[in-house]
Amino acid sequence: MNSGDTAWVLTATALVLLMTIPGLAFFYGGLVRRKNVLSILMQCFIIMCVISLQWVLFGYSLAFGPSISGIIGNLEWMGLAGVGAAPSADYAATIPHFAFMLFQAMFAIITPALMIGAFAERMKFSAFLIFTILWATFVYDPLAHWVWNKNGWLAALGALDFAGGIVVHVSSGISALVLAIMLGKRLGYNHKPIRPHNLPFTVLGGALLWFGWFGFNAGSSLAANGLAAQAMVATQIATAAAALTWVMVEWWHIGSPTILGAVTGAIGGLVAITPACGFVSPMSAMAIGIMAGAICYLAVAVIKGKIGYDDSLDAFGVHGVGGIFGTIAVGIFAQKALNENGADGLLFGNVQQFLVQGLLVLVAVAFAVTMTFIIFKIVDALVGMRVEEEKEIIGLDLTQQSEAAYTVIE
Amino acid sequence: MKLIVAIIQPHKLEAVKRELEAVNVNLMTVSNVLGQGRQKGVTQFYRGAKEAGGLLSKVRLDIAVNEAFVEPTITAITKGARTGDVGDGKIFIIDLHECIRISSSERGGVAIG
Repeated sequence: MNSGDTAWVLTATALVLLMTIPGLAFFYGGLVRRKNVLSILMQCFIIMCVISLQWVLFGYSLAFGPSISGIIGNLEWMGLAGVGAAPSADYAATIPHFAFMLFQAMFAIITPALMIGAFAERMKFSAFLIFTILWATFVYDPLAHWVWNKNGWLAALGALDFAGGIVVHVSSGISALVLAIMLGKRLGYNHKPIRPHNLPFTVLGGALLWFGWFGFNAGSSLAANGLAAQAMVATQIATAAAALTWVMVEWWHIGSPTILGAVTGAIGGLVAITPACGFVSPMSAMAIGIMAGAICYLAVAVIKGKIGYDDSLDAFGVHGVGGIFGTIAVGIFAQKALNENGADGLLFGNVQQFLVQGLLVLVAVAFAVTMTFIIFKIVDALVGMRVEEEKEIIGLDLTQQSEAAYTVIE
Repeated sequence: MKLIVAIIQPHKLEAVKRELEAVNVNLMTVSNVLGQGRQKGVTQFYRGAKEAGGLLSKVRLDIAVNEAFVEPTITAITKGARTGDVGDGKIFIIDLHECIRISSSERGGVAIG
């Protein structure tokens, strides 16, 4: 056991918690209308509670427990049986198994929370709760098992995902698209402006996401070592490059550089570098960031409008698109010389890794789309996914939670 | 008695107040309002999506005055708020039936000033 490694992973765990609440909560909260801001904060907060319990009861065992043929963990670690202060024989030999488990819990928490952006302003709270638990159990846990369990079948193929490009961002991003399409557009979408009610909240939340992401990416080295520093450097460079690129592209395209564009571009860069940060050089990180900024802008500002689905807060356009690009980018820019557990990418003469990364994307997309479709149908039949029209007009804060964010008169 | 309603640019409020106080008009109610004129509001962009017709911020003043103060009030507001460009705002004059001071129940012209 190593005290430096343990201290870093415990710290990183707290940093990743901060990404969901208050980071993502305020990032999304500022983007909705004032009548729905509390529903976003509530959904983020409750996911933190619900998935924490799901994780320790059985989620962790499904994802990281002893593998059944590389498909899913058995329930040997249910209720954290056998998980304790001693290091795990399978993961992170220098830190307590408890630390690894809780660090991973934060990833399991933020992943379903990212999808809130797709169904914002129109989903019933009861449906949200059931959907979240089912999705975490039947989409996140298996996918985490395939990619990150030491015996997972995708890991065995050599798939690389340093900090969760596939497991976290592609899984939630593509599911977000399915949800947005199945749930339908918000009332009045395309007919009258649906404007963010508090962009300073969004900037605050986005900045906290950037801050917390150092725990997410650099923490994923699971040690206080050179690899952690390498991942942190790549994260900083890609994020800065993506934010700047988004702003430059929109300045050219619409005539104004916007702060919402800067912060959205930054998130796009963070997402894209997530799978790659432990495998690529600083200059490759810059290239990934620049491309991520431009690609996410294209997806959100141009393609979304042409196709016409209502991904309210662009969970797909940023996390799905950025995550797919980042996962492919690993197969292009990775260098085995930088991380012996990695591989060489296309630019370093290895076509094989590029194909494996492509397969990883196809598998994750097909699996997430299918499962999200099925879970949607089940929950819709049980309680109905969408709030009644009248409640949507009044707003979710008052109709789902009986409270209001802002008073106009004392 | 008249009720003078003026819609002005927010950044002109201090200048208008100064001009009104110079002609001894000290009582007013001020509120933040949104509106559009011939320029039809302002275009905004959110993640590349164009939202046309956003309303502009304006300040509204409600001032009740006796007849002798009507023209000086109009002159003061005009002087304080004018830039000469579109968007400077409007002044509306409305006949006022009655005015009651709540603290003393005084009515009419004496209750206004």
